[in-house]
Amino acid sequence: MSGLFSNVFLTALLFGAVTAAIPLLLAGLGEQMSEKAGVLNIGIEGMMISGAYLGFVGAYYSGSFGVGFLTGALGGIAVAALMALLCVRIGLNQIVIGIALTLGLEGLTALLHHFQFSRSYPRLPAVPITEIPLLADIPILGPALFKHHLIVYFSVAMVLVMIWVYRRSQLGLNLQAAGDKPAALDVAGIDVIRTRTIAVLFTGTMAGLGGAFLANVGAGLFIPFITNGAGFLGIVLAMLARGRPVWVLVGALIFGMCLSLTTAAQVAGINVPTDVIQMLPFLAVMVMLVLFGRRASLPAALGIPYERGAR
Amino acid sequence: MEPINEGPQTGQAIVTLEGVTKRFPGIIANDQIDLEISAGEVHVLLGENGAGKSTLIGMLSGLQQPDGGRILVDGVETAIRSPSHALSLGIGTVFQHNMLVPTLTVAENLALGGPWWQRPKIAELAARVAEIARPLGIEINLGARVSELSLGQQQQVEIVRALLRESRLLILDEATSMLTPQGIAELGALMRRLVERGLAVVFITHKLGEAADFGDRVSILKLGRKVGEIPPERLRKLERAALVDEIVDKMFGRQAGDDAVSIPPRAANDDVLLEVRDLSVPATADMPGLEAISFTIGKGEILGVAGIDGNGQKELAEALAGQRPAAGGSVRLGGQSLDDLEVGARRRKGLRYLTDDRLGEGTVGPFPVSINYFLKQIGEPPLWRSGIERSREIESRARSLTHLYDVRTPALSTPVGRLSGGNIQKVLIARELAEGAKAVIFNKPTYGLDLANTLATRQRIRDIAGEGLAVLLISTDLEELLSMCHRIVVISQGRLVGTVTNGPGAGEKVGRLMIGLAA
Repeated sequence: MSGLFSNVFLTALLFGAVTAAIPLLLAGLGEQMSEKAGVLNIGIEGMMISGAYLGFVGAYYSGSFGVGFLTGALGGIAVAALMALLCVRIGLNQIVIGIALTLGLEGLTALLHHFQFSRSYPRLPAVPITEIPLLADIPILGPALFKHHLIVYFSVAMVLVMIWVYRRSQLGLNLQAAGDKPAALDVAGIDVIRTRTIAVLFTGTMAGLGGAFLANVGAGLFIPFITNGAGFLGIVLAMLARGRPVWVLVGALIFGMCLSLTTAAQVAGINVPTDVIQMLPFLAVMVMLVLFGRRASLPAALGIPYERGAR
Repeated sequence: MEPINEGPQTGQAIVTLEGVTKRFPGIIANDQIDLEISAGEVHVLLGENGAGKSTLIGMLSGLQQPDGGRILVDGVETAIRSPSHALSLGIGTVFQHNMLVPTLTVAENLALGGPWWQRPKIAELAARVAEIARPLGIEINLGARVSELSLGQQQQVEIVRALLRESRLLILDEATSMLTPQGIAELGALMRRLVERGLAVVFITHKLGEAADFGDRVSILKLGRKVGEIPPERLRKLERAALVDEIVDKMFGRQAGDDAVSIPPRAANDDVLLEVRDLSVPATADMPGLEAISFTIGKGEILGVAGIDGNGQKELAEALAGQRPAAGGSVRLGGQSLDDLEVGARRRKGLRYLTDDRLGEGTVGPFPVSINYFLKQIGEPPLWRSGIERSREIESRARSLTHLYDVRTPALSTPVGRLSGGNIQKVLIARELAEGAKAVIFNKPTYGLDLANTLATRQRIRDIAGEGLAVLLISTDLEELLSMCHRIVVISQGRLVGTVTNGPGAGEKVGRLMIGLAA
């Protein structure tokens, strides 16, 4: 059992946790903004898979991870634009459209991948690492936390940005009003539809980046259905976080740790059936929902399309 | 320090309405309304439900557009296109249901509407709020979350918000309906201070006392028309009692054509059929409870329940029908206690309830007309046997009911939701009067019906009473009650505040009770 607590094992565990947490963090932060603005964005899973596929294709053909993240984000935005059109502007049912987008894009990306690569799954080269000077030299924690691709630092920095937006900016007020009392926002002279559209497009960007990260950094390749519920975990995170970006980060790290344990335990050669270990993240979801789910407070107008004059 | 902009001359018209007309399908909500709203005046719009007050406000605040006539702002004809356009013209509205985001603080609510890329200018805001609120005697805690404020405080925040946007005309829509008596007095004083500073205030209410206490000018609306206006000079001169008499006369006074009243004849008898004693229902957040409701209805009698909508009428009907648990009191039908009985059992005893929510609660829209006749007998013989529907039996009974109650439906299999409101009402009546009805509760039976169906329904109710049933008729339409009932009780805030025997002068007595005056 000594292997369990060796430095190498702990570093691998933490490194894996961060890598697994980043897509969830991006998805959770994105979903959080949609929900704040009153749009229950079930289509986020579809936005992620779109980002994963286009992100992979971009990185594969250009040879640049930067281009990959750009195309990934665009892939998420494209799906989000469709969602915004159907659910925010036209006012169709957000749950139905969200599920349709998710299922549709899972199928579409699998199909396109099959056309392009047949049954082969080409790999990307190892992702370039940016070390943070000094911090990266800390034993165990250094290599685990401070030797990552730039996008990882960007994602964590986004937590601070979101805190600022929600606490300090006019946009934050508008978003919250759009979710809690859209009529009040409308009377104040701000376009509710536009505010919600901005939120959904932001969700698409973040989900697209998360999907691209999952494929390009996490796995190094694209396989159909690679997101495997990461978007839905993002929805759970956003709901549990009750509008606080920090809690999305905490939740993402907890889930990331569970996911990482799955691999790390195998590396350490612990004799537990892998099926049991693979259950961990979902067990963690259930435990967290039981513990905190009841206190989750959602915006009053969540899921309700806005129509002027309708009460 | 002059927080309110230039300050127009007192008495100068800010907004003038000329022959403004607004039609909705089947109804003229505003018919040729002339109105002048002047700086330095509290202009009270007084009227019952459906008098057209809300529509008028909707047009002033940019939510609706008039179909005829014109609106002049500062003497210039102006189409008020949207709420934000109204604001830019200096017309601020405080709606009956507040427009604040409960999860934000007061300051954040006031900052709402700024450019999205900016930081909310809370400090600047605080200075301006203090400048506006202090002379008006309002205390505003900018850091408090709106959900923690009382309704009166929330209203003050909304008034301050309107002033922050440099409103010259402030519209207060049913502003007192949610306030405590003290809150109402404070609002009255605040309105006085506002007009002293040169603003115009339009104050909408259905309470006569408030009109007399707070108004400089009173306009009275009735059924979409303006039926009277009392200018400031007369208002000041009139004694309060004389003023009240004049307004009551205009609001409820009989007019030509009102004489077509036919109270159904009723053979003298002392048989009490429905007896309610001290019925009470606890209040909840959004509805008043019922307190010590007592009345009796005799055989063949129609007892009307008058009152402004939302004063416990629906709760009363539901408590009687057994749909809402009562906290105390007793209900007896034909001498038998119904207190411990469930909805179905009360129905079988002969107590029937026709809801005002015909499609939501009364019928199942997608089900065929035929099944809707027997909704409350599903599974029971003879129409069902061992759980299996006997369609031939249902069909033949449905056909005879359709004929008997003159339901105009393309076929018995037509979904009931496709029928007109009047025909749905007939289906409901047919169902509820079937087999052994003794006492029938009607909640707003003609609401939303066209004239022909209204008259048919009223005649049906008279016939029912003529057959010796007891009828409780709940309506917000006073004319309707006066044209049908033997006696009328008035409900206010969940209590019965008086009983009036129908006859000459009854309308005024009921009207006085409705607006909070002793008969």
